[in-house]
Amino acid sequence: MEKTDYAISMTGICKSFGGVQVLDNIDFNLEKGEIHALVGGNGAGKSTLMKIMTGVYSCDEGSVYVNGKETKIATPNDAKKNGIRMIFQELSLIPTLTVAENIFLNHELVKNMHTDKKEMIRCAQNLLNDLEIEVDVNARIQDLDVGICQLVEIAKALSVDASVLIMDEPTASLTEEETELLFKIMRSLKKKGVSIVYISHRLKEILNIADVISVLKDGHIVITDKKEVFDMQSVVRYMIGEKAVNQFIYKERNVAVSDEILLDVQNLSWEGNKNQISLQVRKGEVVGLIGLLGSGRTETMEVLFGLRRQGNATIYVEGKKVDIKCPSDAIKAGITLIPEDRRRQGAVLQHSLLENIILPNLKTVSVKGRMQHKKSRALSQHCVEEFNVKTDGIDIPVSSLSGGNQQKIVIAKWFKTNPKILLMDEPTAGVDIGAKGEIVRLIREFAESQGGVIFVSSELSEVMAICDRILVLKDGQIIDEIQRKDITEEEVLQNAIQQ
Amino acid sequence: MQYSSKSMKNKKFDITKYMVYIIFVAAIIIFGIWLGGTFFSVTNILNIVRQTAMISIMAVGMTFVIATGGIDLTVSGIVPMAGLLAAIILQHTGNLFLAVLAPILLGAAVGSANGILITSLSIPPFLVTLGMQGIFKGMAMWISNTKSMPIYDSTFCTVFGFGSIGPIPILLIWTIVFMLIGYYMLNHCTYGRKVLAIGGNSQAAQYSGIKVNRVIISTYMLSAMLAAVAGLLYAGRTKSAKYTYGENDEMTIIAAVVLGGTAMSGGTGSVIGAIVGSLLMGMINNGLVMGGLTVSQQQMVRGFIIIFAVAISNLGNKKKKV
Repeated sequence: MEKTDYAISMTGICKSFGGVQVLDNIDFNLEKGEIHALVGGNGAGKSTLMKIMTGVYSCDEGSVYVNGKETKIATPNDAKKNGIRMIFQELSLIPTLTVAENIFLNHELVKNMHTDKKEMIRCAQNLLNDLEIEVDVNARIQDLDVGICQLVEIAKALSVDASVLIMDEPTASLTEEETELLFKIMRSLKKKGVSIVYISHRLKEILNIADVISVLKDGHIVITDKKEVFDMQSVVRYMIGEKAVNQFIYKERNVAVSDEILLDVQNLSWEGNKNQISLQVRKGEVVGLIGLLGSGRTETMEVLFGLRRQGNATIYVEGKKVDIKCPSDAIKAGITLIPEDRRRQGAVLQHSLLENIILPNLKTVSVKGRMQHKKSRALSQHCVEEFNVKTDGIDIPVSSLSGGNQQKIVIAKWFKTNPKILLMDEPTAGVDIGAKGEIVRLIREFAESQGGVIFVSSELSEVMAICDRILVLKDGQIIDEIQRKDITEEEVLQNAIQQ
Repeated sequence: MQYSSKSMKNKKFDITKYMVYIIFVAAIIIFGIWLGGTFFSVTNILNIVRQTAMISIMAVGMTFVIATGGIDLTVSGIVPMAGLLAAIILQHTGNLFLAVLAPILLGAAVGSANGILITSLSIPPFLVTLGMQGIFKGMAMWISNTKSMPIYDSTFCTVFGFGSIGPIPILLIWTIVFMLIGYYMLNHCTYGRKVLAIGGNSQAAQYSGIKVNRVIISTYMLSAMLAAVAGLLYAGRTKSAKYTYGENDEMTIIAAVVLGGTAMSGGTGSVIGAIVGSLLMGMINNGLVMGGLTVSQQQMVRGFIIIFAVAISNLGNKKKKV
C-alpha cells in the first residue's frame, strides 16, 4: 500500500479496555491538506482513536505511519515531535496567564538566560494576525470569552509546527461568527498543507467544512468517503446502523401516565438566554430533553434545582407554587437532580459508600441531629443490594468502584429520599452497557410508582427507550415536541436536534 | 472519622490513620529513656496536661475548620482579647457571668464575620483570618496599653485555672469536656457528616442539599468561641490577662490537628487525633525544657520533630496512591 500521500495512516488498530473491544481493526487515513470529519455516537470510539493518534493511549495491535514512515507514538511527546497537535474540548489554557504567555507555555523563547517577553508578544501577535483572530495578546485568559479562548487554543497549537491538527467539538462554545472565523482558519490551514481531523456532533457543520467523512460505530469504521456522497439523512443512517440494533427497546408501560400534572414550569430562563422555556411533567411520565451541546438542557435542570437564579420562572409542584433559591429548597419541594458530572458534583469520591449514601438522607438516619449508625448501615446495605452495586462492602471509598457502580450509588442515594420529581442529566455517561440497562430499568420503575422524570441524554437510543414524550431544545427554547409513540426510528430524533 | 469498626476486620489495617498514636508512644519512650523517672512523675504529667489544655481545646475547633478545607488563624488574636475583656469586666462590674459570656459572644461574632467574609465574598480563609488576627492582636495591645491586667476574682481563677476536682486539675476536665463534645459532634451528629462532606467535595455537598455556606460559617464560629474559652483559661491560670497570651498558638494548633490525621485539604478529621497531637506537642515542649535545651535549641528541635512526624504519617498515604 502506498502511504506517502498520507500525513497519517493508521492500519489495523485494535484497542480494548478491560476485555471490552473499543476499536476493532480500524484503518484510518488522513491525506495531506485534508479536513477529515469523524462522526459517530457516544462511545463509538472516536476519542479513543484520537487518543491513540496523540499518544495518550497505545494501541493493542496495528501500526501508525507518519508521512509514510512507520512511527511509534507511545507518548504525547512523540505525537508533538511528529507535528500532531490536539485541540482539547476542555480548554487547556491557564486562566491567570496572558494570551501570549499561554501560547508560548513550556516552549518560551529565551534570550541571554531569561525569557524574551517582547519577542514572544511580537510572535504571538503575528501568529494571531495571520489567523485573523482579533484579541489583545496581553489580556488574561480569564477575562476573555470562552469562544475567543477556543481560538487562542488553536493558535497555541499552531505556534509549534503542526502538520496534523485534531479538533474535538471545537464549535461547542462558539458563536456563529466565531464558527465562521474558525472555518476560515481551517480552510487557510488546509491550503498550507495542514491536515485536520474534525470531530463534531453537528452534522450541518461537518457537511459544510469537511472534505472526507468517516463514520465510526461500535469500534468499526462503517464508511469513509468524500463529502459529496453524503447528505444529512445518510450520515444519520450510517451512525445508527441499517438495522438499528436496539439494546434498549421501548417497553409498553405497565402503568399508564396519569393526567395529573406534577411539575409545571412557566417562563424559565437564565442569564444569557433571551428565550424562555415552559414545560409540564405529569405523574408517572418520563420527559426527555434533547438538543445539541449548548442548547440549554443542563441550564434548565440547574434552574429547577436552585443552582441558578429562578428569575421570572414560576414553578408549581402538584399545583402548589414553590420558590427555589437553593438545592435544599428544591429537595424540600420533592425535586432532586442527578448531576451530569459524577466526579465533581455527584459524589464525594474519597468518602465511603455509606457516607455518600446517607448524605442526602441525613434526616432519615438521625434523630434530632444525632446519627443513628445502625440505621445508616442498614440503609446503605439496602441500597447496595437493591441497586445491585458490585462492591466489597459499604465502607470502601466510592472512588474504588467502576463508573457504572459509582453512578448507581449516586442514583441510589437520591431514590432513598423519595423524591417526587427526578431530574437526570446524562445519567448513563461513562457507564458500561450492563449498568446502563439497569439504570434505564430503575428510571422506568420510578415513573411507574407515579414519579415524574426529566431525562437529559445525548444518547438518543436511550431517550427512545425510556421517554414518553420528548422535547427538543435549541438556543434556550423548546422548538419541537414529539410523542414517543409517534417515533419509529432514531433518525427522527437525530434530524430533530440537527434543525 | 470512621465509625465502622466492624468493617476493619475485612480491610487491611490502615496504619496511617493511627500514626499519631504510634508517634505519641514513641515520643513517650524516647523522653522516658532520656529523662528517666522525673518525666513520668505525676506532677510532670499533670503539668503537661495543664500546659496543653488551651491548645487542645482550640485544636477541637480547628479540626472542624480544617475538615471543611479551611483554616483559622484568628485564634491567637481572640485569646488575648477574650482574657482582657474578662479582666476589664471583672474590674469594673465584678459580674462573673458577664465576664464569661462577653468573651464567648465576642468569639461568636468574630467567627461569624470570618465565615461570612469567606463564603459570601470568597476571600481565601487564610487571608481573612490573618487579617482578623492582626485586628484583634492590635486591639488587645491598645486597650491594655501593653500592660498586664490582674484578675482578683478567685472564683474565676478557680474555675478557669487553678481548681481541681480531687486530684484532677480543672484544666484537664475542661479539655475532656470539649473533646467529648467535639467528638460527639463530628462522629455522631449529622453536623459532622456535613462538615466532612463539604471538605471532601463541596459541590457534591451542595448538590446533596447541604447549606454549605451556613455550615462553613458555623465552623469558624465554633473555632473562635473555643479560642475565647482558651483565652479565659489562660487568664484564669495566670490570674491576669495580657496581650501576648496565645501568641503563635495557631501554628502549634494547626500542626497538632494535622498530626492528628485531619487533612489540610479537608474531607477527613479526627477530634481525638487532634487532642493526641496537642498532647504530643506539649510533651515535646516539656521534654525539651526538662532536657535543659535553650529556647533557641527548643525551637529548632521542635521544628524538626514536626516535619519528621508529618512526613512519616504522610509516607503511608503516598504509597497508597501509587
